Amino acid sequence: MKDPRRTSKIVSYIILAPIVAFFICPILWLIVTPFSIRPSLFISLNGFTLNNFERVFQNRTAINAFRNSLVISVSVVVLVTTCALFAAYVLSRHDFRGRNILLYMLVLFSSVVSGAAAMVPIFILNLRLGLVNTELGVILTLSGGIMPTALFILKDFFDSIPRTYEEAALVDGSSPLQVMFRIFLPLSSKGIIVIAMLVFTQSWSNFLVPFVLLRSTSKYPVSVAIYTFFSEVGVPDIGMISAYAFLYTLPVIFAYVLIERKFGFSFYGGIKG
Amino acid sequence: MKRSLMGRKVVVFLLIPALSLIFVFLILPGVWVLKIGMTNETLTGAKARNPDFVGFENYVKVLSDRFFYNALRITLLFVLGSAIIGQAGLGLLLALLTYRKRRLKSFVQSVVILAWIIPEVVVAYLWIAFLDKDYGTLNVILSAIGLSKINWFYEYPLLTIIIFNIWRGTAYSMLLFSAALETIPPSYLETAEVIGASTWRKFKDVVFPNIKSYILTDLILITLWTFNVFTPYLLTGGGPSFRTELLSIYIYRTAFRYFKLGYGASIATIALLINFALAMFYLSLSRRRKA
Repeated sequence: MKDPRRTSKIVSYIILAPIVAFFICPILWLIVTPFSIRPSLFISLNGFTLNNFERVFQNRTAINAFRNSLVISVSVVVLVTTCALFAAYVLSRHDFRGRNILLYMLVLFSSVVSGAAAMVPIFILNLRLGLVNTELGVILTLSGGIMPTALFILKDFFDSIPRTYEEAALVDGSSPLQVMFRIFLPLSSKGIIVIAMLVFTQSWSNFLVPFVLLRSTSKYPVSVAIYTFFSEVGVPDIGMISAYAFLYTLPVIFAYVLIERKFGFSFYGGIKG
Repeated sequence: MKRSLMGRKVVVFLLIPALSLIFVFLILPGVWVLKIGMTNETLTGAKARNPDFVGFENYVKVLSDRFFYNALRITLLFVLGSAIIGQAGLGLLLALLTYRKRRLKSFVQSVVILAWIIPEVVVAYLWIAFLDKDYGTLNVILSAIGLSKINWFYEYPLLTIIIFNIWRGTAYSMLLFSAALETIPPSYLETAEVIGASTWRKFKDVVFPNIKSYILTDLILITLWTFNVFTPYLLTGGGPSFRTELLSIYIYRTAFRYFKLGYGASIATIALLINFALAMFYLSLSRRRKA
Protein backbone atom coordinates (compact mmCIF):
# COMPACT_ATOMS: atom_id res chain seq x y z
CA MET A 1 0.00 0.00 0.00
CA LYS A 2 1.22 3.46 -0.90
CA ASP A 3 1.90 6.07 1.71
CA PRO A 4 -0.25 9.13 0.87
CA ARG A 5 2.10 11.54 2.69
CA ARG A 6 5.02 10.39 0.58
CA THR A 7 3.03 10.79 -2.62
CA SER A 8 1.99 14.30 -1.65
CA LYS A 9 5.62 15.17 -0.95
CA ILE A 10 6.73 13.90 -4.36
CA VAL A 11 3.89 15.76 -6.09
CA SER A 12 4.82 19.01 -4.38
CA TYR A 13 8.48 18.63 -5.41
CA ILE A 14 7.45 17.99 -9.01
CA ILE A 15 5.37 21.19 -9.05
CA LEU A 16 8.01 23.23 -7.21
CA ALA A 17 11.02 22.31 -9.33
CA PRO A 18 10.09 24.25 -12.51
CA ILE A 19 8.86 27.24 -10.47
CA VAL A 20 12.10 27.46 -8.53
CA ALA A 21 14.07 27.09 -11.79
CA PHE A 22 12.01 29.94 -13.26
CA PHE A 23 12.98 32.16 -10.34
CA ILE A 24 16.65 31.16 -10.29
CA CYS A 25 17.48 31.33 -14.01
CA PRO A 26 17.65 35.13 -14.49
CA ILE A 27 19.51 35.52 -11.17
CA LEU A 28 22.03 32.82 -12.07
CA TRP A 29 23.18 34.99 -14.98
CA LEU A 30 24.09 37.78 -12.54
CA ILE A 31 26.18 35.42 -10.43
CA VAL A 32 28.01 33.71 -13.30
CA THR A 33 28.58 36.31 -16.03
CA PRO A 34 30.77 38.80 -14.11
CA PHE A 35 33.40 36.08 -13.69
CA SER A 36 33.22 34.73 -17.21
CA ILE A 37 36.08 35.11 -19.71
CA ARG A 38 33.76 35.37 -22.70
CA PRO A 39 30.65 36.94 -21.13
CA SER A 40 27.46 36.62 -23.19
CA LEU A 41 23.72 36.91 -22.65
CA PHE A 42 23.59 33.14 -22.17
CA ILE A 43 24.42 31.74 -18.72
CA SER A 44 27.84 30.18 -19.21
CA LEU A 45 31.03 30.15 -17.21
CA ASN A 46 33.93 29.48 -19.56
CA GLY A 47 36.94 30.04 -17.36
CA PHE A 48 37.26 32.32 -14.37
CA THR A 49 38.45 35.93 -14.57
CA LEU A 50 38.26 39.21 -12.68
CA ASN A 51 38.91 41.14 -15.85
CA ASN A 52 35.30 42.40 -16.05
CA PHE A 53 35.63 44.03 -12.64
CA GLU A 54 38.89 45.63 -13.72
CA ARG A 55 37.06 47.28 -16.61
CA VAL A 56 34.47 48.65 -14.17
CA PHE A 57 37.20 50.34 -12.17
CA GLN A 58 38.72 51.78 -15.33
CA ASN A 59 35.39 53.30 -16.34
CA ARG A 60 35.20 56.93 -15.19
CA THR A 61 31.40 57.16 -15.45
CA ALA A 62 30.92 53.94 -13.48
CA ILE A 63 33.17 55.00 -10.61
CA ASN A 64 31.72 58.47 -10.51
CA ALA A 65 28.19 57.03 -10.34
CA PHE A 66 29.21 54.87 -7.39
CA ARG A 67 30.35 57.96 -5.57
CA ASN A 68 27.09 59.76 -6.42
CA SER A 69 24.98 56.82 -5.22
CA LEU A 70 26.92 56.73 -1.99
CA VAL A 71 26.49 60.48 -1.41
CA ILE A 72 22.75 60.30 -2.13
CA SER A 73 21.99 57.19 -0.05
CA VAL A 74 24.13 58.12 2.94
CA SER A 75 22.55 61.58 3.04
CA VAL A 76 19.05 60.11 2.84
CA VAL A 77 19.88 57.57 5.56
CA VAL A 78 21.23 60.26 7.92
CA LEU A 79 18.38 62.67 7.21
CA VAL A 80 15.51 60.17 7.41
CA THR A 81 16.85 58.18 10.35
CA THR A 82 17.50 61.28 12.45
CA CYS A 83 14.21 63.03 11.68
CA ALA A 84 12.14 59.85 11.95
CA LEU A 85 13.86 58.97 15.21
CA PHE A 86 12.94 62.29 16.83
CA ALA A 87 9.38 62.25 15.55
CA ALA A 88 8.77 58.58 16.33
CA TYR A 89 10.03 59.11 19.87
CA VAL A 90 7.50 61.89 20.38
CA LEU A 91 4.69 59.93 18.78
CA SER A 92 5.49 56.91 20.92
CA ARG A 93 6.01 58.68 24.26
CA HIS A 94 3.72 61.67 24.09
CA ASP A 95 -0.05 61.33 23.98
CA PHE A 96 -1.84 64.04 22.12
CA ARG A 97 -5.14 64.25 20.36
CA GLY A 98 -5.16 63.12 16.74
CA ARG A 99 -1.90 61.20 17.04
CA ASN A 100 -3.23 58.06 15.40
CA ILE A 101 -5.09 60.04 12.75
CA LEU A 102 -1.84 61.84 11.93
CA LEU A 103 0.03 58.57 11.49
CA TYR A 104 -2.75 57.13 9.32
CA MET A 105 -2.78 60.23 7.15
CA LEU A 106 0.98 60.08 6.63
CA VAL A 107 0.97 56.44 5.64
CA LEU A 108 -2.03 57.06 3.39
CA PHE A 109 -0.22 59.91 1.63
CA SER A 110 2.98 57.94 1.17
CA SER A 111 1.16 55.10 -0.56
CA VAL A 112 -0.99 57.41 -2.69
CA VAL A 113 1.70 59.87 -3.80
CA SER A 114 4.04 57.38 -5.44
CA GLY A 115 5.25 56.20 -8.81
CA ALA A 116 5.51 58.06 -12.09
CA ALA A 117 2.23 59.93 -11.44
CA ALA A 118 3.71 61.60 -8.35
CA MET A 119 6.85 62.52 -10.27
CA VAL A 120 4.96 65.15 -12.31
CA PRO A 121 4.19 67.51 -9.39
CA ILE A 122 7.43 66.54 -7.64
CA PHE A 123 9.39 67.55 -10.73
CA ILE A 124 7.59 70.91 -10.91
CA LEU A 125 8.21 71.47 -7.19
CA ASN A 126 11.92 70.85 -7.70
CA LEU A 127 11.85 73.11 -10.75
CA ARG A 128 10.37 75.98 -8.71
CA LEU A 129 12.86 75.43 -5.88
CA GLY A 130 15.79 75.38 -8.32
CA LEU A 131 16.56 71.78 -7.36
CA VAL A 132 16.26 70.10 -10.77
CA ASN A 133 19.58 68.51 -11.75
CA THR A 134 20.95 68.72 -8.19
CA GLU A 135 21.77 65.89 -5.82
CA LEU A 136 20.04 67.85 -3.06
CA GLY A 137 16.73 67.66 -4.96
CA VAL A 138 17.07 63.87 -5.27
CA ILE A 139 18.01 63.56 -1.58
CA LEU A 140 15.06 65.63 -0.32
CA THR A 141 12.55 63.98 -2.66
CA LEU A 142 13.64 60.48 -1.66
CA SER A 143 13.61 61.46 2.03
CA GLY A 144 10.07 62.85 1.90
CA GLY A 145 8.83 59.68 0.24
CA ILE A 146 10.48 57.22 2.64
CA MET A 147 9.91 59.21 5.85
CA PRO A 148 6.30 58.15 6.67
CA THR A 149 7.08 54.42 6.50
CA ALA A 150 10.28 54.84 8.51
CA LEU A 151 8.32 56.86 11.07
CA PHE A 152 5.57 54.27 11.28
CA ILE A 153 7.87 51.29 11.75
CA LEU A 154 10.08 53.09 14.27
CA LYS A 155 7.08 54.23 16.30
CA ASP A 156 5.84 50.65 16.42
CA PHE A 157 9.25 49.50 17.58
CA PHE A 158 9.52 52.23 20.23
CA ASP A 159 6.10 51.29 21.59
CA SER A 160 7.53 47.87 22.46
CA ILE A 161 10.26 49.36 24.68
CA PRO A 162 9.06 49.81 28.26
CA ARG A 163 8.95 53.34 29.64
CA THR A 164 10.10 52.52 33.15
CA TYR A 165 13.81 53.34 32.61
CA GLU A 166 13.03 56.76 31.19
CA GLU A 167 10.59 57.55 33.99
CA ALA A 168 13.14 56.57 36.61
CA ALA A 169 15.76 58.83 35.02
CA LEU A 170 13.28 61.72 34.92
CA VAL A 171 12.55 61.26 38.60
CA ASP A 172 16.31 61.40 39.19
CA GLY A 173 16.30 64.84 37.63
CA SER A 174 17.53 64.29 34.06
CA SER A 175 16.14 66.56 31.35
CA PRO A 176 13.86 65.06 28.66
CA LEU A 177 16.57 65.31 25.98
CA GLN A 178 19.13 63.72 28.30
CA VAL A 179 16.70 60.87 28.84
CA MET A 180 16.29 60.44 25.12
CA PHE A 181 19.98 60.36 24.28
CA ARG A 182 21.38 58.52 27.32
CA ILE A 183 18.63 56.07 28.17
CA PHE A 184 16.36 55.62 25.19
CA LEU A 185 18.77 55.54 22.24
CA PRO A 186 20.97 52.73 23.58
CA LEU A 187 17.83 50.65 24.23
CA SER A 188 16.50 51.15 20.73
CA SER A 189 19.72 50.86 18.71
CA LYS A 190 18.59 47.61 17.08
CA GLY A 191 15.44 49.14 15.60
CA ILE A 192 17.36 52.20 14.44
CA ILE A 193 19.95 50.09 12.63
CA VAL A 194 17.21 48.16 10.84
CA ILE A 195 15.50 51.37 9.74
CA ALA A 196 18.80 52.81 8.53
CA MET A 197 19.37 49.63 6.49
CA LEU A 198 15.89 49.77 4.97
CA VAL A 199 16.24 53.43 4.06
CA PHE A 200 19.62 52.68 2.54
CA THR A 201 18.34 49.90 0.29
CA GLN A 202 15.38 52.01 -0.81
CA SER A 203 17.45 55.04 -1.81
CA TRP A 204 20.34 52.99 -3.22
CA SER A 205 17.97 51.02 -5.49
CA ASN A 206 15.75 53.90 -6.56
CA PHE A 207 15.74 54.60 -10.27
CA LEU A 208 12.77 56.84 -11.06
CA VAL A 209 13.59 59.86 -8.88
CA PRO A 210 17.15 60.48 -10.17
CA PHE A 211 16.07 59.45 -13.68
CA VAL A 212 13.48 62.24 -13.76
CA LEU A 213 15.28 64.91 -11.73
CA LEU A 214 18.87 64.66 -13.00
CA ARG A 215 20.09 65.84 -16.41
CA SER A 216 23.91 65.70 -16.34
CA THR A 217 25.60 62.34 -16.80
CA SER A 218 28.21 63.29 -14.20
CA LYS A 219 25.49 63.44 -11.52
CA TYR A 220 23.89 60.05 -12.28
CA PRO A 221 23.78 57.45 -9.52
CA VAL A 222 24.51 53.81 -10.40
CA SER A 223 20.87 52.96 -11.18
CA VAL A 224 20.64 55.53 -13.97
CA ALA A 225 24.21 54.85 -15.13
CA ILE A 226 23.48 51.14 -15.62
CA TYR A 227 20.35 52.01 -17.60
CA THR A 228 22.31 54.28 -19.93
CA PHE A 229 24.99 51.57 -20.32
CA PHE A 230 22.54 48.98 -21.59
CA SER A 231 20.04 51.19 -23.42
CA GLU A 232 22.62 53.22 -25.39
CA VAL A 233 23.00 52.52 -29.08
CA GLY A 234 25.96 50.37 -30.05
CA VAL A 235 27.16 47.08 -28.64
CA PRO A 236 26.92 47.04 -24.84
CA ASP A 237 29.94 45.72 -22.91
CA ILE A 238 28.14 42.76 -21.34
CA GLY A 239 31.05 41.74 -19.11
CA MET A 240 31.47 45.22 -17.69
CA ILE A 241 27.72 45.79 -17.17
CA SER A 242 27.28 42.44 -15.42
CA ALA A 243 30.24 43.08 -13.11
CA TYR A 244 28.97 46.57 -12.39
CA ALA A 245 25.44 45.30 -11.68
CA PHE A 246 26.91 42.61 -9.44
CA LEU A 247 28.83 45.16 -7.34
CA TYR A 248 25.79 47.43 -7.21
CA THR A 249 23.53 44.60 -5.98
CA LEU A 250 25.87 43.27 -3.26
CA PRO A 251 25.20 45.98 -0.60
CA VAL A 252 21.43 45.48 -1.00
CA ILE A 253 21.66 41.73 -0.43
CA PHE A 254 24.02 42.29 2.48
CA ALA A 255 21.58 44.75 4.10
CA TYR A 256 18.63 42.38 3.71
CA VAL A 257 20.53 39.43 5.17
CA LEU A 258 21.37 41.63 8.14
CA ILE A 259 17.74 42.69 8.53
CA GLU A 260 16.57 39.10 8.30
CA ARG A 261 19.02 38.02 10.99
CA LYS A 262 17.71 40.74 13.28
CA PHE A 263 14.00 40.67 12.59
CA GLY A 264 12.83 38.20 9.99
CA PHE A 265 11.19 39.19 6.77
CA SER A 266 7.61 39.74 7.82
CA PHE A 267 8.81 42.92 9.46
CA TYR A 268 9.26 45.03 6.37
CA GLY A 269 6.16 43.92 4.51
CA GLY A 270 4.92 47.46 4.36
CA ILE A 271 7.98 49.24 3.10
CA LYS A 272 8.48 47.69 -0.30
CA GLY A 273 6.30 49.51 -2.79
CA MET B 1 4.22 62.51 35.05
CA LYS B 2 2.89 59.32 33.59
CA ARG B 3 1.19 60.96 30.62
CA SER B 4 4.19 62.67 29.12
CA LEU B 5 7.95 62.68 29.38
CA MET B 6 8.50 66.10 27.86
CA GLY B 7 7.17 69.60 27.46
CA ARG B 8 5.29 71.09 24.58
CA LYS B 9 8.28 72.97 23.12
CA VAL B 10 10.41 69.83 22.97
CA VAL B 11 7.57 67.94 21.32
CA VAL B 12 7.20 70.53 18.57
CA PHE B 13 10.96 70.81 18.11
CA LEU B 14 11.30 67.05 17.62
CA LEU B 15 8.33 66.72 15.27
CA ILE B 16 9.07 69.64 12.96
CA PRO B 17 11.98 68.26 10.85
CA ALA B 18 10.18 65.05 9.84
CA LEU B 19 6.79 66.64 9.34
CA SER B 20 8.09 69.57 7.28
CA LEU B 21 9.98 67.25 4.93
CA ILE B 22 6.89 65.11 4.49
CA PHE B 23 4.76 68.19 3.97
CA VAL B 24 6.95 69.85 1.33
CA PHE B 25 8.02 66.78 -0.65
CA LEU B 26 4.97 64.54 -0.34
CA ILE B 27 1.76 66.24 0.72
CA LEU B 28 2.29 69.50 -1.16
CA PRO B 29 2.98 67.78 -4.53
CA GLY B 30 0.06 65.43 -3.90
CA VAL B 31 -2.34 68.36 -3.59
CA TRP B 32 -0.63 70.70 -6.03
CA VAL B 33 -1.02 68.23 -8.89
CA LEU B 34 -4.73 69.16 -9.02
CA LYS B 35 -3.85 72.76 -9.83
CA ILE B 36 -1.10 71.97 -12.32
CA GLY B 37 -3.52 69.66 -14.11
CA MET B 38 -5.66 72.69 -14.84
CA THR B 39 -2.89 74.61 -16.63
CA ASN B 40 -1.17 74.24 -19.98
CA GLU B 41 2.32 74.37 -18.47
CA THR B 42 5.14 72.97 -20.59
CA LEU B 43 8.81 72.46 -19.83
CA THR B 44 10.09 74.68 -22.64
CA GLY B 45 8.69 77.50 -24.73
CA ALA B 46 6.31 80.34 -23.88
CA LYS B 47 4.00 78.28 -21.67
CA ALA B 48 6.90 77.26 -19.43
CA ARG B 49 7.10 80.71 -17.83
CA ASN B 50 3.51 81.84 -18.01
CA PRO B 51 1.19 78.87 -18.12
CA ASP B 52 -2.51 79.69 -18.57
CA PHE B 53 -5.25 78.40 -16.34
CA VAL B 54 -7.42 76.23 -18.57
CA GLY B 55 -9.83 74.75 -16.03
CA PHE B 56 -11.12 71.32 -16.91
CA GLU B 57 -9.99 71.49 -20.53
CA ASN B 58 -7.25 68.90 -19.96
CA TYR B 59 -9.67 66.47 -18.38
CA VAL B 60 -12.08 66.80 -21.30
CA LYS B 61 -9.14 66.07 -23.57
CA VAL B 62 -8.10 63.04 -21.52
CA LEU B 63 -11.57 61.56 -21.92
CA SER B 64 -11.15 61.46 -25.69
CA ASP B 65 -7.45 60.58 -25.68
CA ARG B 66 -6.96 57.17 -27.29
CA PHE B 67 -3.48 56.81 -25.76
CA PHE B 68 -5.04 57.24 -22.33
CA TYR B 69 -7.56 54.46 -22.98
CA ASN B 70 -4.82 52.28 -24.44
CA ALA B 71 -2.70 52.82 -21.32
CA LEU B 72 -5.66 52.19 -19.02
CA ARG B 73 -6.57 48.96 -20.80
CA ILE B 74 -2.96 47.70 -20.69
CA THR B 75 -2.65 48.65 -17.02
CA LEU B 76 -5.84 46.74 -16.17
CA LEU B 77 -4.62 43.63 -17.98
CA PHE B 78 -1.21 44.03 -16.35
CA VAL B 79 -2.68 44.31 -12.83
CA LEU B 80 -5.12 41.46 -13.44
CA GLY B 81 -2.55 39.14 -15.02
CA SER B 82 0.56 39.85 -13.02
CA ALA B 83 -0.79 40.77 -9.60
CA ILE B 84 -4.26 39.35 -9.00
CA ILE B 85 -3.84 36.09 -10.91
CA GLY B 86 -0.06 35.76 -11.10
CA GLN B 87 1.48 36.97 -7.85
CA ALA B 88 -1.43 36.09 -5.58
CA GLY B 89 -2.01 32.72 -7.27
CA LEU B 90 1.63 31.69 -7.39
CA GLY B 91 2.26 33.09 -3.91
CA LEU B 92 -0.60 31.00 -2.52
CA LEU B 93 0.55 27.89 -4.39
CA LEU B 94 4.11 28.28 -3.07
CA ALA B 95 2.87 28.89 0.48
CA LEU B 96 0.69 25.77 0.34
CA LEU B 97 3.38 23.56 -1.19
CA THR B 98 5.92 24.55 1.45
CA TYR B 99 3.48 24.50 4.37
CA ARG B 100 5.05 22.77 7.39
CA LYS B 101 8.22 21.94 5.43
CA ARG B 102 10.63 24.25 7.20
CA ARG B 103 13.82 23.78 5.21
CA LEU B 104 12.07 23.65 1.85
CA LYS B 105 10.12 26.78 2.74
CA SER B 106 13.17 28.78 3.71
CA PHE B 107 14.97 27.74 0.51
CA VAL B 108 12.06 28.65 -1.78
CA GLN B 109 11.48 31.88 0.11
CA SER B 110 15.07 33.05 -0.21
CA VAL B 111 15.05 32.49 -3.97
CA VAL B 112 11.73 34.30 -4.41
CA ILE B 113 12.81 37.14 -2.10
CA LEU B 114 16.03 37.58 -4.07
CA ALA B 115 13.95 38.37 -7.18
CA TRP B 116 12.10 40.92 -5.09
CA ILE B 117 15.00 42.85 -3.57
CA ILE B 118 17.51 43.12 -6.45
CA PRO B 119 17.46 46.77 -7.65
CA GLU B 120 14.99 47.32 -10.50
CA VAL B 121 17.57 48.39 -13.10
CA VAL B 122 19.54 45.20 -12.53
CA VAL B 123 16.41 43.09 -12.69
CA ALA B 124 15.47 44.75 -15.98
CA TYR B 125 18.81 43.89 -17.53
CA LEU B 126 18.67 40.33 -16.21
CA TRP B 127 15.41 39.87 -18.09
CA ILE B 128 16.66 41.55 -21.24
CA ALA B 129 19.52 39.05 -21.18
CA PHE B 130 17.29 36.10 -20.25
CA LEU B 131 14.84 36.76 -23.11
CA ASP B 132 17.27 37.95 -25.80
CA LYS B 133 16.09 36.61 -29.14
CA ASP B 134 19.43 35.09 -30.24
CA TYR B 135 21.59 34.49 -27.17
CA GLY B 136 19.15 34.65 -24.26
CA THR B 137 19.14 31.63 -21.96
CA LEU B 138 15.45 30.88 -22.51
CA ASN B 139 15.75 30.78 -26.31
CA VAL B 140 18.96 28.74 -26.16
CA ILE B 141 17.12 26.19 -24.02
CA LEU B 142 14.09 26.24 -26.34
CA SER B 143 16.20 25.59 -29.41
CA ALA B 144 18.20 22.90 -27.60
CA ILE B 145 15.00 20.92 -27.02
CA GLY B 146 13.99 21.40 -30.65
CA LEU B 147 11.58 24.34 -30.38
CA SER B 148 11.99 27.53 -32.36
CA LYS B 149 13.35 30.71 -30.82
CA ILE B 150 10.83 33.39 -29.89
CA ASN B 151 11.32 37.14 -30.06
CA TRP B 152 9.51 37.69 -26.77
CA PHE B 153 9.53 41.48 -26.64
CA TYR B 154 8.03 41.80 -30.14
CA GLU B 155 5.72 38.84 -30.40
CA TYR B 156 4.29 38.75 -26.86
CA PRO B 157 5.21 42.11 -25.27
CA LEU B 158 2.35 42.37 -22.77
CA LEU B 159 2.56 38.72 -21.74
CA THR B 160 6.31 39.17 -21.30
CA ILE B 161 6.04 42.09 -18.88
CA ILE B 162 3.24 40.28 -17.04
CA ILE B 163 5.42 37.20 -16.53
CA PHE B 164 8.32 39.46 -15.61
CA ASN B 165 6.24 41.17 -12.94
CA ILE B 166 5.02 37.86 -11.52
CA TRP B 167 8.66 36.88 -11.12
CA ARG B 168 9.48 40.25 -9.58
CA GLY B 169 6.66 40.53 -7.04
CA THR B 170 5.48 37.09 -5.92
CA ALA B 171 7.60 37.29 -2.74
CA TYR B 172 5.21 39.54 -0.85
CA SER B 173 2.19 37.30 -1.44
CA MET B 174 4.12 34.15 -0.61
CA LEU B 175 5.41 35.65 2.66
CA LEU B 176 1.98 36.92 3.64
CA PHE B 177 0.22 33.63 2.84
CA SER B 178 2.90 31.56 4.58
CA ALA B 179 2.38 33.66 7.68
CA ALA B 180 -1.40 33.30 7.29
CA LEU B 181 -1.20 29.52 7.09
CA GLU B 182 0.72 29.48 10.36
CA THR B 183 -2.31 31.02 12.09
CA ILE B 184 -4.52 28.00 11.31
CA PRO B 185 -4.69 25.71 14.35
CA PRO B 186 -3.04 22.38 13.32
CA SER B 187 -5.88 20.44 14.93
CA TYR B 188 -8.29 21.64 12.21
CA LEU B 189 -6.23 20.03 9.47
CA GLU B 190 -5.56 16.91 11.55
CA THR B 191 -9.28 16.43 12.06
CA ALA B 192 -9.85 16.81 8.32
CA GLU B 193 -7.17 14.19 7.67
CA VAL B 194 -8.68 11.76 10.15
CA ILE B 195 -12.05 11.90 8.41
CA GLY B 196 -10.24 11.40 5.10
CA ALA B 197 -10.94 14.75 3.42
CA SER B 198 -9.45 15.29 -0.03
CA THR B 199 -6.78 17.95 -0.62
CA TRP B 200 -9.34 20.16 -2.34
CA ARG B 201 -11.87 19.79 0.50
CA LYS B 202 -9.17 20.58 3.05
CA PHE B 203 -8.33 23.74 1.15
CA LYS B 204 -11.95 24.78 0.57
CA ASP B 205 -13.34 24.03 4.03
CA VAL B 206 -10.38 24.56 6.36
CA VAL B 207 -7.62 26.64 4.78
CA PHE B 208 -9.54 29.14 2.69
CA PRO B 209 -12.02 30.37 5.33
CA ASN B 210 -9.13 30.93 7.72
CA ILE B 211 -6.95 32.97 5.36
CA LYS B 212 -9.73 34.83 3.51
CA SER B 213 -9.00 38.20 5.12
CA TYR B 214 -5.28 37.88 4.34
CA ILE B 215 -6.11 37.23 0.69
CA LEU B 216 -8.15 40.43 0.52
CA THR B 217 -5.36 42.46 2.15
CA ASP B 218 -2.85 40.96 -0.27
CA LEU B 219 -5.01 41.68 -3.33
CA ILE B 220 -5.50 45.34 -2.45
CA LEU B 221 -1.84 45.98 -1.66
CA ILE B 222 -0.39 44.25 -4.72
CA THR B 223 -3.00 45.98 -6.91
CA LEU B 224 -1.91 49.34 -5.53
CA TRP B 225 1.79 48.56 -6.04
CA THR B 226 1.40 46.99 -9.48
CA PHE B 227 -0.72 49.90 -10.65
CA ASN B 228 2.25 52.21 -9.98
CA VAL B 229 5.04 49.99 -11.30
CA PHE B 230 7.42 51.68 -13.74
CA THR B 231 10.03 48.92 -14.21
CA PRO B 232 8.55 47.57 -17.51
CA TYR B 233 9.69 50.85 -19.06
CA LEU B 234 13.27 49.66 -18.55
CA LEU B 235 12.48 46.46 -20.45
CA THR B 236 10.38 47.73 -23.34
CA GLY B 237 10.20 51.53 -23.16
CA GLY B 238 6.43 51.09 -23.56
CA GLY B 239 6.75 49.54 -27.01
CA PRO B 240 6.59 48.06 -29.50
CA SER B 241 4.02 50.58 -30.79
CA PHE B 242 2.60 51.31 -27.29
CA ARG B 243 1.68 47.67 -26.62
CA THR B 244 3.27 47.77 -23.16
CA GLU B 245 2.55 51.40 -22.40
CA LEU B 246 1.20 51.27 -18.85
CA LEU B 247 -0.46 54.38 -17.41
CA SER B 248 2.74 55.15 -15.47
CA ILE B 249 4.76 55.00 -18.70
CA TYR B 250 2.20 57.12 -20.58
CA ILE B 251 2.39 59.78 -17.84
CA TYR B 252 6.17 59.70 -18.01
CA ARG B 253 6.14 60.04 -21.81
CA THR B 254 3.65 62.92 -21.77
CA ALA B 255 5.30 64.94 -19.01
CA PHE B 256 9.00 64.19 -19.47
CA ARG B 257 9.44 63.14 -23.10
CA TYR B 258 6.91 65.50 -24.72
CA PHE B 259 7.31 68.09 -21.93
CA LYS B 260 3.55 68.64 -21.56
CA LEU B 261 3.60 69.09 -17.79
CA GLY B 262 0.07 70.45 -17.45
CA TYR B 263 -1.53 67.68 -19.47
CA GLY B 264 0.70 65.08 -17.81
CA ALA B 265 -0.43 66.38 -14.41
CA SER B 266 -4.09 65.93 -15.33
CA ILE B 267 -3.48 62.25 -16.20
CA ALA B 268 -1.36 61.92 -13.04
CA THR B 269 -4.29 63.29 -11.02
CA ILE B 270 -6.52 60.50 -12.32
CA ALA B 271 -3.85 57.92 -11.43
CA LEU B 272 -3.40 59.38 -7.95
CA LEU B 273 -7.18 59.33 -7.37
CA ILE B 274 -7.22 55.63 -8.22
CA ASN B 275 -4.34 55.17 -5.75
CA PHE B 276 -6.33 57.08 -3.17
CA ALA B 277 -9.40 54.88 -3.60
CA LEU B 278 -7.32 51.70 -3.26
CA ALA B 279 -5.46 53.03 -0.20
CA MET B 280 -8.69 54.12 1.52
CA PHE B 281 -10.18 50.69 0.89
CA TYR B 282 -7.12 49.08 2.45
CA LEU B 283 -7.04 51.39 5.47
CA SER B 284 -10.73 51.03 6.24
CA LEU B 285 -10.32 47.28 6.04
CA SER B 286 -7.34 47.13 8.39
CA ARG B 287 -8.99 49.52 10.85
CA ARG B 288 -12.13 47.44 10.93
CA ARG B 289 -10.08 44.35 11.67
CA LYS B 290 -8.39 46.06 14.60
CA ALA B 291 -11.67 47.32 16.04
